Amino acid sequence: MSAVLQSLVNQPYKHGFVTDIESDVAPKGLNEEIIRLISAKKNEPEWLLAFRLKAYQKWLTMAEPEWQNVRYPKIDFQDISYYSAPKPKKKLASMDEVDPELLRTFEKLGVPMHERAALAGVAVDVIFDSVSVTTTYKQKLAEVGIIFCSISEAVHTHPELIQKYLGTVVPVGDNYFAALNSAVFTDGSFCFIPKGVKCPMDLSTYFRINTEGSGQFERTLIIAEEDASVSYLEGCTAPRFDTNQLHAAVVELIALDNADIKYSTVQNWYAGDEKGIGGIYNFVTKRGLAKGVNSRISWTQVETGSAITWKYPSCILRGENSVGEFYSVAVTNNYQQADTGTKMIHIGKNTRSTIISKGISAGHSNSSYRGLVRVAPTAEGARNYSQCDSMLIGDQCGAHTFPYIQVHNNSAQVEHEASTSKIGEDQLFYFSQRGIGAEEAVSMIINGFCKDVFQQLPMEFAVEATKLLSFKLEGSVG
Amino acid sequence: MIHSNSVPVLTVQGLRASINGTEILKGIDLTVKSGEIHAIMGLNGSGKSTFAKVLAGHSAYEVTGGSVQFEGKDLLELPPEERARAGLFLAFQYPIEIPGVANTQFLRLAYNTVQTQRGREELDPLEFDDFVREKMKLLDMKSDFLDRSVNEGFSGGEKKRNEILQMALLEPKLSILDETDSGLDIDALKIVAQGVNQIANKDNAMILVTHYQRLLDYIVPDYVHVMQAGRIVMTGGKELALELETRGYDWITENKSSTTGAIA
Ligand SMILES: Nc1ncnc2c1ncn2[C@@H]1O[C@H](COP(=O)(O)OP(=O)(O)OP(=O)(O)O)[C@@H](O)[C@H]1O
Ligand SMILES: [Mg+2]
Repeated sequence: MSAVLQSLVNQPYKHGFVTDIESDVAPKGLNEEIIRLISAKKNEPEWLLAFRLKAYQKWLTMAEPEWQNVRYPKIDFQDISYYSAPKPKKKLASMDEVDPELLRTFEKLGVPMHERAALAGVAVDVIFDSVSVTTTYKQKLAEVGIIFCSISEAVHTHPELIQKYLGTVVPVGDNYFAALNSAVFTDGSFCFIPKGVKCPMDLSTYFRINTEGSGQFERTLIIAEEDASVSYLEGCTAPRFDTNQLHAAVVELIALDNADIKYSTVQNWYAGDEKGIGGIYNFVTKRGLAKGVNSRISWTQVETGSAITWKYPSCILRGENSVGEFYSVAVTNNYQQADTGTKMIHIGKNTRSTIISKGISAGHSNSSYRGLVRVAPTAEGARNYSQCDSMLIGDQCGAHTFPYIQVHNNSAQVEHEASTSKIGEDQLFYFSQRGIGAEEAVSMIINGFCKDVFQQLPMEFAVEATKLLSFKLEGSVG
Repeated sequence: MIHSNSVPVLTVQGLRASINGTEILKGIDLTVKSGEIHAIMGLNGSGKSTFAKVLAGHSAYEVTGGSVQFEGKDLLELPPEERARAGLFLAFQYPIEIPGVANTQFLRLAYNTVQTQRGREELDPLEFDDFVREKMKLLDMKSDFLDRSVNEGFSGGEKKRNEILQMALLEPKLSILDETDSGLDIDALKIVAQGVNQIANKDNAMILVTHYQRLLDYIVPDYVHVMQAGRIVMTGGKELALELETRGYDWITENKSSTTGAIA
């Protein structure tokens, strides 16, 4: 599991200001002063402060969206602290200090022993030579000219790229949560693949230096120049806890001529307890611009966590012959709510998109697919294929599908298929009559159901995702 | 075939079971010894499938009385998967479809689970593929069944053959075939019967639930039982099936159930 590197990259910032202001937390509330403070703390150039302030002004004029099919108490945006200096995690001295519940989870997921220690925050310096792993990785990328670092670092080392691309796919005032993110984002990843370069390995957030403290309002920007390609992995199957309930990330992808960006996510944020108490609210704006001819943007996501998920990774297919793909598995259990899907905006000629969405609901949870396919008048010969399948486990849960199709060009072909199925008592009885227990049966059915999505994931990730799903649904049947 | 030294595989005494508060099984007694083939006949709704599912441990039914010994174990104590692993097999009257799960994958998992239970080697996908194809030949099944989802889109007869294939793979101690003959054409019936006869031996036992004497021409039972309103009300030899075929069930009344006791 690549997540093993998570803790070893959680080293204090090199830029110095972090250690100086270690106990630094901004007062609660959001106003211009706070934004200036964030920008100043991060030593940002003037144009970035202007970007933030513009976003803030937009945000003030906007209303929190209410159209999504999720219910949660009103968020008090003035009751949140928008800046706290990243602090090194407290290292535990031994595995004995780790929460037994967490250890049980690792065991179920089949996380190897030494990685468990790393994930749980136990000092692993003895096991790993952290410096050498990350350095080798960085060196390899640098050799081919790839830039992969935190976005705050890139603001200082490659300001021209950030200034050129930031906010070009998701404008500051795009939606309520994107505006908020643009105003107050703290950190995230920056990734630049220069012309003609095929990234020699999957880029994973766990290899990124300075991941610390990028949690609540994460900002990611990935650019693939002409003929470049990259596969980016976000997240990990190990559970992720955070004391901040609200998360609003923005991810922007830009693919130039013949470029290819594949973005895979496994999301396993804390979902709240089995009664639905606690859990992360995850409001994410992810969008890719297939700007060049023959470019391709592909989103694959496995969403298993969060109390609330509000997320629509989208593709703007501007380049001629460009391709957009969305493969998604969203699992909800207990009292989780997910409203997720995609938008495929066809602008260029002969653009093609594929949507495969698999929603699995168990317990008292609710899962909605919401997808928009728009074919602009310019998109001669555009094609879309959408398939949205829902699987229900038990009879307290719900699944909903909201497809929106807007076709403004007669030559376009748009196809939508949907199905709902249920894991029933009689199916499980059939398995058990052949000696196969309920848990194994559910995992087999679910894997069959999700096959089309899992095969899009990098091999390692796919194996983990399979286990994760079984784990998430444990106890939901029988 | 009845053997002098055969031992009881299944002993059912006074079994009662209900569903949603309605009692369906009202005191069933039945003993099945190794090497024996029993047929259970009876009108629609008399409780034959219920009996089979209660033995297999379907959670929708509540056992309200009686006992069941299987191979010296208290069967009712075991969860359904352990009953299966102990060698109890039920060929379903209506095999359910499981979309998305490849038949071969399902068969292999079931096979390996039972093999492990018996302390034998598991087969890897390639070994299993050879093994299962051999078995399929016996049942005259096309190999594309392996790649399709379990029972999905199978015709009625194909589903039944898939059940018998599973029986052949799992080598159960006791097989209960719930109307496996219904919906089979004559050729298929012969093939299935042949398969069953090949599997039957002096160490295992079978219970055939059927409406038709026809099946019993190919698989000759040692005993024929008549079920009525949740009880076995009459037991006889294979000639009883012929008699039922010509006379129907009307002539049987509960007071003839005395024969049951003699066998059980
Ligand atoms: N969920 C239920 N609630 C109430 N009654 C039920 C339920 N399920 C089954 N029954 C009843 O139990 C009785 C026995 O059914 P069962 O399926 O065992 O009959 P059978 O002998 O197998 O019939 P057939 O020959 O038609 O297959 C029937 O009267 C049926 O309606
Ligand atoms: Mg029946």
